[in-house]
Amino acid sequence: MEKTEHLKLYHEMVVIRRMEEKSAELYQQGKIGGFLHLYIGQEAVSTGLISMRRPEDRVITAYRDHGVAINCGLSAREVVAELMGKATGCSKGKGGSMHLADVSKNFWGGHAIVGAHLPIATGLALGDAYRGNKAVTICMFGDGATNIGYFHEALNMSAVWKLPVLWVCENNQYGMGTAVDRASAVSEIAQKASGYGMPAMRVDGMDLMAVRKVAGEMIEQIRAGGGPMLLEILTYRFRGHSMGDPERYRKPEEVHHWQENDPIGIYRKYLIDQKIASQAELDQLDDDAQAVVDDAVAFAEASPEPAPEDLYKNIYVEA
Amino acid sequence: MARITMREAISQALWEEMERDPSVFILGEEVGVWGGTYAVTKGFYDHFGGERVRDTPIAEAAIIGAAIGAALTGLRPVAELMTINFAFSSFDHIVNQAAKMHYMFGGQMVLPLVIRAVGGGGRQLGATHSQTPDAIFAHFPGLTVVAPGTPADAKGLLKAAIRSQDPVLFIEHATLYQIRGEVPEGDYVVPIGKSTVQRPGRDVTLVTYSKMLEISTKAAEQLSKEGIEVEIVDLRTLRPLDIEPVIASFKKTNRAVIVEEGWKSYGVGSEIAARIYEEAFDYADAPVKRVAQKEVPLPYNRTLEQSAIPSVEDVIAAVKEVLHG
Ligand SMILES: Cc1ncc(C[n+]2csc(CCOP(=O)(O)OP(=O)(O)O)c2C)c(N)n1
Ligand SMILES: [Mg+2]
Repeated sequence: MEKTEHLKLYHEMVVIRRMEEKSAELYQQGKIGGFLHLYIGQEAVSTGLISMRRPEDRVITAYRDHGVAINCGLSAREVVAELMGKATGCSKGKGGSMHLADVSKNFWGGHAIVGAHLPIATGLALGDAYRGNKAVTICMFGDGATNIGYFHEALNMSAVWKLPVLWVCENNQYGMGTAVDRASAVSEIAQKASGYGMPAMRVDGMDLMAVRKVAGEMIEQIRAGGGPMLLEILTYRFRGHSMGDPERYRKPEEVHHWQENDPIGIYRKYLIDQKIASQAELDQLDDDAQAVVDDAVAFAEASPEPAPEDLYKNIYVEA
Repeated sequence: MARITMREAISQALWEEMERDPSVFILGEEVGVWGGTYAVTKGFYDHFGGERVRDTPIAEAAIIGAAIGAALTGLRPVAELMTINFAFSSFDHIVNQAAKMHYMFGGQMVLPLVIRAVGGGGRQLGATHSQTPDAIFAHFPGLTVVAPGTPADAKGLLKAAIRSQDPVLFIEHATLYQIRGEVPEGDYVVPIGKSTVQRPGRDVTLVTYSKMLEISTKAAEQLSKEGIEVEIVDLRTLRPLDIEPVIASFKKTNRAVIVEEGWKSYGVGSEIAARIYEEAFDYADAPVKRVAQKEVPLPYNRTLEQSAIPSVEDVIAAVKEVLHG
């Protein structure tokens, strides 16, 4: 792996972290409304995973989608603008935090109904298989989503038809306030693949390099015709489920324990220990990331609201 | 009587019914440890325990299906759907199972179950999380659909719903939880299937329910300052529909506006207008008007979203139109 690639990924993770922190502030100021689900703590999951995809590979995820959007190549400008409901946002201000997408970058969206996008991922992969494209669909979802019927229907169908999907469960230990073992009969989500005869792996999601290794291997096996697979990535969200979560379901010590395993800190240490980058170089990237976010916020603030008549735009495809 | 919020009123009804009847229990996502996403069941888990306040996996079909099964055994489940938008994930169990089983098995099976679901828009939650699909559910015979607009009705109707022998969909509105009103203490039950006049008036009949009762009341107060007195009929129950108070009011005012939050096409207003024309055509001095949501999926952007939901101004304009043409 080239040094420039390492630096790019480190930069992406810090952009996500700074953007999420800033989004929390904008929410407090009333400049972002609705639900806001932050990705803080989970940055290495999508940064590692998405770094292994080819441009033709499709990505689809749930509502915790800001980080994934950045990793898919959306600019912080169009993400923050969408969070603020501006016309310059990636979904033109109509989607908000839970509905980021950029089809031109093969990012097929954040989806707000838990599990609903899994059968859609089956269909995306069907589309590629039908046409003989050598593309893989990467479908991300939470641990909680593995308890809804959609998950089981989608995995089963993808396995029956041997479709090229990498099912990726971001196991951040909770679905809202419900710990995995309170809602799922097996707390190792990877085990659920066996019901569909599907290979599965588990990996530490706080370690970007580990995620890259496992995800990369799985994606290429699927591309080679190995059929769908399930990857469980163990991680943790450092913030509440969404803004305004009373967090009665977990102890501050537990959160602190995980915060000591900060995925950005771990990767930073790796880069320094392996003599890939110097402290000073990484500090510079931190500053650059802050500048990217500051610019994105300024852009979003200065951007226009959608026009009143946009209310009626895009209900149906215009002839 | 105490002045309490809608949230407190609903919470009180649930608490009292659970104290009164050990067969009543709650199931749903985040109803226990979290205390309910809208804090309606705060404190219930500690008091009643996890057997009676059951946190479920995210599995709407199984939540409603399990509630049906438990109800068949004689329990009285109160299933909470975090929002009514997730009722689509359990649509089959609500409309195809719960609504039909009593009839289809010749009356053998009884399903005393309540589904509490939070609906409504206006909070920038985007197209999938902001819907008012009340009319869809009211379409199905066998289902009872209740949607209170005041704290007192919420308490009294929820108690009636829990005691009912039939499956009841009890629709709460996300932006009404904070409103306050006088609520009788103790065992206060409001019968299901009774519309009521919330505000008397002589000039125009305003038919509404749930959140739009609040909007319509504000409109009525402003109109009153201009000398226009509207009579507000609150439907409270969408099925079975009690049309009599609407017809009685219309025969007096000869003009009607129907205000609902959901989309206009095939909506509650369509039904009410048709019933008025069927039963009181000769009394009409002006065409009935409907105020409803613009026919778009609700957008996230605040200004756009607000422009799509019926406002006080929209209601005032409609009232003036039926009065002055
Ligand atoms: C069908 C459906 N039911 C309930 C919800 C409400 N809800 C939103 S997120 C969530 C928890 C999901 O947990 P998980 O899948 O683990 O994802 P995480 O939030 O941890 O990323 C719930 C219950 C929903 N959006 N859709
Ligand atoms: Mg989770």
